[in-house]
Amino acid sequence: MAEIHLNKVSKSYGDVAVLHDIDWHIRDGEFVVIVGPSGCGKSTLLRMIAGLEKITQGEASIGNRVVNDLEPAERDIAMVFQNYALYPHMSVYNNMAYGLKIKGVPKDEIERRVNRTAEILEIGDYLKRSPRQLSGGQRQRVAMGRAIVREPSVFLFDEPLSNLDAKLRVQMRLEIKKLQERLGITSVYVTHDQVEAMTLGHRLMVLNGGHVEQLGTPIELYERPATAFVAGFIGSPSMNFLDAKISEDGKEVEFPGGNTLSLAQDFSKHANRPVNVGMRPEHLHVDDSNAEKTSHTVDVVEHLGADTLVHGTFGNGGSDLTVRLSGIRTIGQGEVLPLSIDPKNMHLFDPDDGRRLEA
Amino acid sequence: MIEHRPIVTFVSHLVLIFGVAIIAFPIWITFVASTHEAARMVQIPLPLLPGDQFFNNLELTLFKGLEGAGAPPVGFMMVNSLIMAMMIAVGKIAISLISAFAIVYFKFPFRMGFFWMIFITLMLPVEVRILPTFEVVANLGMLNTYWGLSVPLIASATATFMFRQVFLTIPDELLEAARIDGAGPMRFFVDILVPLSRTNIAALFVILFIYGWNQYLWPLLVTTDQSMYTVVMGIKQMLEAAEQSPDWHQIMMTSLLAMFPPVFVVIFMQRLFVRGLTETEK
Repeated sequence: MAEIHLNKVSKSYGDVAVLHDIDWHIRDGEFVVIVGPSGCGKSTLLRMIAGLEKITQGEASIGNRVVNDLEPAERDIAMVFQNYALYPHMSVYNNMAYGLKIKGVPKDEIERRVNRTAEILEIGDYLKRSPRQLSGGQRQRVAMGRAIVREPSVFLFDEPLSNLDAKLRVQMRLEIKKLQERLGITSVYVTHDQVEAMTLGHRLMVLNGGHVEQLGTPIELYERPATAFVAGFIGSPSMNFLDAKISEDGKEVEFPGGNTLSLAQDFSKHANRPVNVGMRPEHLHVDDSNAEKTSHTVDVVEHLGADTLVHGTFGNGGSDLTVRLSGIRTIGQGEVLPLSIDPKNMHLFDPDDGRRLEA
Repeated sequence: MIEHRPIVTFVSHLVLIFGVAIIAFPIWITFVASTHEAARMVQIPLPLLPGDQFFNNLELTLFKGLEGAGAPPVGFMMVNSLIMAMMIAVGKIAISLISAFAIVYFKFPFRMGFFWMIFITLMLPVEVRILPTFEVVANLGMLNTYWGLSVPLIASATATFMFRQVFLTIPDELLEAARIDGAGPMRFFVDILVPLSRTNIAALFVILFIYGWNQYLWPLLVTTDQSMYTVVMGIKQMLEAAEQSPDWHQIMMTSLLAMFPPVFVVIFMQRLFVRGLTETEK
């Protein structure tokens, strides 16, 4: 059990800075997720916590102990790798026992701990097999078992599910979440998959180009994204972004092509200002009472069963927009739909720096 | 090419059988010669079927040696050859493993410089550096010792290079997992790298054992004492046996014996050998 403090942690390779002044306090027992597109530095950050990469600047501490100069083994952590990194020549049992053996834990204690962990993960039946003989999901469990058996104060996960097929991924995701709740060990999880991030994390860090875009709970990130990047990254299908302008009186946004939508608050201090409007597909709905103000010309309709995705053009010669309607709808190509959205679900961003605009 | 035309099968078998016959016939003659008395081997025509003296000849060759020429019993030479070949094979593998480990996993100044220095020794086999090497071995007092026979042949660029390639295919995550598990460099080497290179070590062992066993020129130079003779040079010595006609039955028996250990190693380690050279999954 431990807290993790990151204090202005930076990383650069030679002159190239890949992470800039990361500050974060991860609470004891918390499950946090670092999420971002590939190359944003999320794995590097995790590896710095693990001790596999040197921290160029700043300070990292685990459980009130500054760990900058400690070897990975001395940091009381365990890590699950993307490709599992099981020792191919050792049996499952030995894979799990190896770290304990090195630590000098007595044999019977090792056996007890491995067996108990195997029971938790339901891998007791193949302790004697070699990793080669296991399926992807089973290997993943063994990799987690190897982490759990050490009883570390921090778990680090480096995209552990990305080598699994979609169905298994969903199942393992749920198991990881349950396991973490049961063991209550502080966990840091890196992924590029926003669904994983949203479902697993108590709190999320969205990284982009080595900078923190936003820190917060999944709901905060979904409801009040701080930047257009976060808004576009969180949610699937991703948010629609449309160029627009705030009206003279600051109560509406005007889209090119003649559509207008009302705002929740008075934006008169930004009157006439060009903005980037973000609207999630699931927040838009067909509303006949709004026919005068909006039109959406349908281009392609995708039926997902539970939902129907309607792609089209918002306004007359305006921008592309996707609407997600629940259930199965019969909508033909070329049909014109009136749309509306709850004003509080409309996000305004500065078109230049992507920051959220407030009234 | 998978075809099932009988004529193709017939022709390809014919070619193969012909090839096998060319290789096998001399070996057959060697075997036949080792089963007859000395007198029979100088009569014409040469026998093509085995005689009944195999075990007599075997005993004679292994334990008594060539009577007239005063050559030592072949049993001795076999042991010498075995020790030399083992020292060369094991020594080469041990040193190459360690140097490849250093080159791949440690950062030190002139790392690539050292690698290329090792690599350049490929151009310097024993035959090229025979005089200086002899000088060194003589000055170190290693003439007529097993060390003298094996040490100059132990350094191996080929093996170092091969292990380097093997280590490069081992994913970095394994090293990282081992570091998190608390394994130091030597533990990682012993517990992870060496077991993972097992098949490659076996393949190399086969090649190097045969290389060591077949050494001729170098043992000829550094051994003057009969008790240090190796089998391969022993055969040559027997041919030069004084004024009498060569004892073909014993010479052939010696050849047969000299062939046996490499064949045994190849057959015994065949599976590992093939896996070591072809397996890529780590």
